[in-house]
Amino acid sequence: MKVPWRARPVVLVPYLWLAIFFLAPFLIVLKISLSRTAIAQPPYTPVLDVAAGWQGLQAFLAALTVDNYAFIASDWLYLASYLRSLELAAISTLLLLLIGFPLAYGMARAPRRWQPALFMLVMLPFWTSFLIRIYAWINILQHDGLLNRVLLALRLVDTPPAWLASDTAVYIGMVYSYLPFMVLPLYATLERLDTSLIEAAADLGCTRWKAFWLVTLPLSLPGLLAGVLLCFIPIVGEFVIPDLLGGSQSMMIGQTLWSEFFLNKDWPVASAVAVVLLCVLLPPILVYQRMQARDLAG
Amino acid sequence: MQSPGIIAPPRAFPSWRNSDARPLLRLEQVSKHFAGTAVVESVSLDVFEGEFFALLGPSGCGKTTLLRMLAGLDSPDSGRILLDGKDLAPVPPYRRPLNMMFQSYALFPHLNVESNIAFGLKQDRLARSEIAARVADMLRLVRLEGYGKRKPHQLSGGERQRVALARSLAKRPRVLLLDEPLAALDKKLRGETQFELMQLQAELGLTFIIVTHDQQEAMTVASRIAVMNRGRLAQIATPPEIYEQPNSRWVADFIGEVNLIEARVLAAGEGQREEQGIVLASASAGRLRAAQDGGSAAGDTVWIALRPEKVRISRERPAAAADNCVAGQVCSIGYLGDISAYKVRLESGWIMKAALANMTRLLERPIGLDDHVWLSWPADAAVVLTR
Amino acid sequence: MLRLSWFNVLSLALGFAFLYLPILLLVIYSFNASRLVTVWAGWSTRWYAELLNDRAILEAAWVSLRVAVLSATAATVLGTLAAVALTRFGRFGGRLLFSGMLYAPLVMPEVIIGLSLLLLFVAVGIDRGFWTVAVAHSTLTMCFVAVIVQSRLLQLDRSLEEAALDLGCPPLRTFFTVTLPLLVPALVSGWMLAFALSLDDLVIASFTTGPGATTLPIRIYSEIRLGVKPEINAICTIMLAAVGFALVVASLIAKLQDSDQSLRAPGGRNR
Repeated sequence: MKVPWRARPVVLVPYLWLAIFFLAPFLIVLKISLSRTAIAQPPYTPVLDVAAGWQGLQAFLAALTVDNYAFIASDWLYLASYLRSLELAAISTLLLLLIGFPLAYGMARAPRRWQPALFMLVMLPFWTSFLIRIYAWINILQHDGLLNRVLLALRLVDTPPAWLASDTAVYIGMVYSYLPFMVLPLYATLERLDTSLIEAAADLGCTRWKAFWLVTLPLSLPGLLAGVLLCFIPIVGEFVIPDLLGGSQSMMIGQTLWSEFFLNKDWPVASAVAVVLLCVLLPPILVYQRMQARDLAG
Repeated sequence: MQSPGIIAPPRAFPSWRNSDARPLLRLEQVSKHFAGTAVVESVSLDVFEGEFFALLGPSGCGKTTLLRMLAGLDSPDSGRILLDGKDLAPVPPYRRPLNMMFQSYALFPHLNVESNIAFGLKQDRLARSEIAARVADMLRLVRLEGYGKRKPHQLSGGERQRVALARSLAKRPRVLLLDEPLAALDKKLRGETQFELMQLQAELGLTFIIVTHDQQEAMTVASRIAVMNRGRLAQIATPPEIYEQPNSRWVADFIGEVNLIEARVLAAGEGQREEQGIVLASASAGRLRAAQDGGSAAGDTVWIALRPEKVRISRERPAAAADNCVAGQVCSIGYLGDISAYKVRLESGWIMKAALANMTRLLERPIGLDDHVWLSWPADAAVVLTR
Repeated sequence: MLRLSWFNVLSLALGFAFLYLPILLLVIYSFNASRLVTVWAGWSTRWYAELLNDRAILEAAWVSLRVAVLSATAATVLGTLAAVALTRFGRFGGRLLFSGMLYAPLVMPEVIIGLSLLLLFVAVGIDRGFWTVAVAHSTLTMCFVAVIVQSRLLQLDRSLEEAALDLGCPPLRTFFTVTLPLLVPALVSGWMLAFALSLDDLVIASFTTGPGATTLPIRIYSEIRLGVKPEINAICTIMLAAVGFALVVASLIAKLQDSDQSLRAPGGRNR
């Protein structure tokens, strides 16, 4: 269907906005990843001088360099950071799946009258400040926090263990923050599941457990995949949670990027880190986009 | 079940038979394709003012697409649509003097009944007093006075349907398009509403075009029916003509019950007079005689279309007839209340349908299962079809 | 529906307990008279009083509020336009790129988005501050609005818009008189989501803010790094209460509207 001429602004306005504030920035990141740091304002070189014309452009292109990428590739610190991020994200996503699926399933099986309320209950923490919720966990996990006091009181441990500044704390924080992102797509798919399919399986001789494995699980895969992607991809680049709850022994890539940018003030390297991160995440992002597109078309 | 049998007030000549009459709506070779397949193919027809015109056909035959093209919601890939002689192609749907009653009623849920009905009038920027008067008229017309302030979700299915009707009539369109308007109603309500629609149309003198897959509905309400099959027009005629003079096996089979007997036309024999019609030989039902040849010539293979109610079923062999007479055994009886539908297996193995009105109230029917019977029919009862 | 098994009930209970326990503790401790978490010294509202004297936090809260309202409104407008374009305009040129750009922020790590926007502002020479944060938040949240509006649009019965066209309403007026009123619940929840996301965002705000435009999360974050402080508990509780109140109001409005209208075609079922 052709777009009626008078309706063009409907598409053009958001299109231009996104092109300026989403697409162009990425191109700029790419460009800066190919630049060098400089003690100047802005702190990188070369800077494209439009007034210099064609010669200016040539000089500009000549000054671009892939040194930053070489630097990243050579320093083990960055590679370790990427790998650690992927590992943490994978484990977090798995935990989210293990915790989120029963929750979503319970919600989907609940009586219809309760479901809007349950839905709101899952969404409510999401509406409250993300920072607040992480902060709440710091409260609980700190050396003299609630968790240790309970453990001591129940005599489960002799000395209070250090929860904060550990991978465990990071996992707790990740699961806590991203749980709605896992539960909601799962719930949306499970809620639409035709219960007569499970009844048919039971009629044909399946136990409840088998019916779950053979019928419910395969049919919930779209929601499952959506939840997994919605959690995994942003967790890889997560900054706040590992910064507040994690230890300083090894950093996730989000922290690396942040420190590279704000502490080292090395914009080109930070940009290169971002570009590589984007390339790493591109396959799952594209998978997610295709799922969205199919969802809309169908 | 017998339909209420409303007959429209007789006119001098039906417009479609009057060669001087100009059609209100004319379709010329209209075609539409969706994803490579032709949904509507080269459809040409005329609709005259004051007609209750029906587009009838199985699902997927293109009738709804055709209706939507008239409304302007879809546009034809080729062909023209003319209203009063003017091409409608450049006219967008919101400027066409046609209005549509949607199958789903499409009542605006955020507006009450009055506002729904007034919606179209507001677009025309009529004076408020006039809008109010028109809305009141419409409510009276569909017998929903007092319902004005209700919202659609507070109405029953039948009431919503009437609001949809009132809304589409409020602007007094030249043609009212109805897209399967009675599909969602139960049988009794459907019958009553059909009756009301016909009265309304006759009273207001409007032109209605209705799309339906229900043959009985089309036969009941329409002054003319256009039967469509897979995007093409199969036949356009009045209900009696469609029923008694189908132009093809497909139409004969689509409308009502029919026996289709394949036969070969025999050459005229000696001593046979012209008015006796033609003689045919069939493998399934023996020698047949038909009053009209339907355009066939000697030696052609044709089909005889014979409606079950025209077939006489009796225990004894009918005296005079030598042709149009076969013997068989009753293999099934369908009791439908007003008629009994018999299926008789002939000697050739072929099964023929016959229908008898249940004229008397008897527990035991004169003809029962497994009885040996004779089927016969007059020469003018059947139609010869060449395709 | 099938009855809930004990396993379902257990998972529901544990799940919600996990979600709400930390928040509950936070609220309780905001009323703790003692500064230390380890000691419970009775109920007190002193931290709320101290909060009122903390100018830095109050200013940051005011900045956050203004940014959130502005960006939520912009995001709702932009996101709705985008959703309408994607659902009603069929295959237009550049549609793939458009939907790609629209949905990417849903999954992209915020550090990347923040970094790229900052670099844009620097390259073009715009001073960072209130407006750059607002623009950044609008860009981030418009995709969430688009998702919500789009799913609602897809549920809408198209024959409603066709009926309006048929009755003489040109397309633009149809959008405003028929489509938009039916979209209001989606617009409201979209706005609220964008508002919450903006109010809550730390990473992107950190990258794109400038002097004089410190947002509340940035301030809270810098305080948290120094250790747990009871005033933080207090402001968190206030934010919770505000959000909870807004949600209750929103759901009441939604309930009123829902009982009023039905989005499904009324004529399909004969009741």
